[in-house]
Amino acid sequence: MTQSLEEFLTARRGTGRPLLVPYVTAGVTPGWTDVVHAYADAGADAVELGFPFSDPMLDGVTIQEASDRAIAAGTTVKGILEKVAALEADVPLIAMTYSNLVVQQSTAEFCARLTASGLRGLIVPDSPLEEVGELADAAAAEGLDLVLLAAPSSSRARLREITERSRGFVYALTRMGTTGECGEIPEQAARLGRELKGLTDRPVLFGFGVSNPAQAAELAGHADGVVVASALMRKLLDGAPPRELGEYVASIRRALDQGAR
Amino acid sequence: MGEVSRSGRQGVTVPAARAMSDPGVTGRFGTYGGRYVPESLVPACHEIEAAFREAWSDPEFRSRLDTLLTVYAGRPTPLTPAWRLSHELGVTLFLKREDLTHTGSHKINNVIGQALLAHRMGKERLLAETGAGQHGVATATAAALLGLKATVFMGERDIERQELNVLRMNVLGAEVVPVTTGSRTLKDACNEAMRHWVSSADTSYYCIGSVMGPHPYPWMVREFQRVIGEEARAQCAAELPVGVPDYVVACVGGGSNAAGTFAGFVDTTARLIGVEAEGGAAATFGKAGVLHGFRSLVLQDENGQVREAHSVAAGLDYPGIGPEHAHLRDRGRARYETVNDEEVIQALLCLARTEGILAALESSHAVAWVIRAAKSGEIAPGSTVMLTLSGRGDKDIASIKELL
Repeated sequence: MTQSLEEFLTARRGTGRPLLVPYVTAGVTPGWTDVVHAYADAGADAVELGFPFSDPMLDGVTIQEASDRAIAAGTTVKGILEKVAALEADVPLIAMTYSNLVVQQSTAEFCARLTASGLRGLIVPDSPLEEVGELADAAAAEGLDLVLLAAPSSSRARLREITERSRGFVYALTRMGTTGECGEIPEQAARLGRELKGLTDRPVLFGFGVSNPAQAAELAGHADGVVVASALMRKLLDGAPPRELGEYVASIRRALDQGAR
Repeated sequence: MGEVSRSGRQGVTVPAARAMSDPGVTGRFGTYGGRYVPESLVPACHEIEAAFREAWSDPEFRSRLDTLLTVYAGRPTPLTPAWRLSHELGVTLFLKREDLTHTGSHKINNVIGQALLAHRMGKERLLAETGAGQHGVATATAAALLGLKATVFMGERDIERQELNVLRMNVLGAEVVPVTTGSRTLKDACNEAMRHWVSSADTSYYCIGSVMGPHPYPWMVREFQRVIGEEARAQCAAELPVGVPDYVVACVGGGSNAAGTFAGFVDTTARLIGVEAEGGAAATFGKAGVLHGFRSLVLQDENGQVREAHSVAAGLDYPGIGPEHAHLRDRGRARYETVNDEEVIQALLCLARTEGILAALESSHAVAWVIRAAKSGEIAPGSTVMLTLSGRGDKDIASIKELL
């Protein structure tokens, strides 16, 4: 029996290691699966795979561009899952996509297809607590960890419910806004990190606007780790090969490990 | 549960008390609607829902809104008998004249309501998306009226098509932000407005232009547009021997003028007809999905990617439909028809030449269906038809010139 995403991340955290989850949009380049391997080799603890959607409401320009490129290249859920099934990644893979792709057939079927291909987690940013019930049940039935988002604007009552119902980890948004790099880490991130850590033993990872190794290390200090997306995708869109992306992830890994000492 | 009315061509029974009422905290119309937004926006949606519930039950708010709709927007709008066209078609056609409101379309009804709400909530700025530019102009107008700032997101392609409305918004003091992503039309303007809203919800209010978006918008916008249907209902009661028309017809993009119109007639025997552009007909060709924060019928490909809508009318270039329309369709209480661009142009010319009314390309969709259905006998001779003419066609003159 494979470990669940949460078991895997909790075990990794147990070694005193800040967690690092880099992102890649599936289908953005023909060699996107090499990027996954490069991330894993560079010290990623899991990899987030974006399943591109035409109207990514919560994504900034970089991931929009990556999504458009992937869709234009003919990327489909079916195609992604076939590649994922053959990937043999050393770390858990997490799907990130929007509700419209999840409800194409039934949510149960979507979750079943994901697990059958070896994915261990799912993030659906436009499915908040109010709408997540059916999907959460379907994911739980498949042993797929459904990761919920927590925002700086969430009330304490909502944060409590989010930490209770999230699986895998709790995805803490560093700021109010879309995905994308940013200059400074807002103070509200530290506050949200503290509040979430006080509410749950589940891993808490920061995402949105983690732009460089120093920021990653700073944020990881307020939680258990970080998700890095746009900074990597910008490099990829500008032509960086998988090796270079792997090197960047390795530099974040080093910064995280040094920060944890 | 109250009385039950029999209506629609399928004769489906709809409990009158429940049709087009408050969708409750979940914001569901059957399986449609809901609140599919990122966690970061949920508190903002809650805040708006609470503020709207409070305002809507506050006589002072209602009275302020009614006053502005009267002395500023020019309500009530007349119900005009289309004498010559009726004669030509062999039916009795009445036009609910939303084209005669200030700014020239029904959009003003909703925008004044939401701007008052934003003002009451202490927000400084209105955010809006716009396709044809009518909602953008209405938002810019209401913002000026109440001393609020306005930022309007508009697809680059629509900016080219609707130059005049961009100029109007600028003159009114609004900032127009070109949207260069995706298809560069209305759906992308919605995405961009939502993205902006996420980062500024504490000071900005997202003024959605149609019966779409996350709860409470589809319900709230319908309530602000209900004035169309209620006025028309009372006017029909005064004008018609039987008090209720046989058909109530309105064009549908997202569906706000249709929702407001239908709300006044849903508990009557009138057949409700929404008319969509053939290239943007989500009620006819759409599949259930989630877009812009709500579950409804959406035009999409077999992989779940949202398709671009195409219509001669920029205001109908939307790949989805308001969730309540999807529900009314499923229930058989309203029927949704499509017309093509050519029929629309001919209808626009026909109405202009028989009645001296230059209707918007959007509104001409409703006219086109009535002409077709009356000629084919689908609307029986002698029937009474109430059609909401949602806006005036001045903005479309350049497009019409190209199409002639």
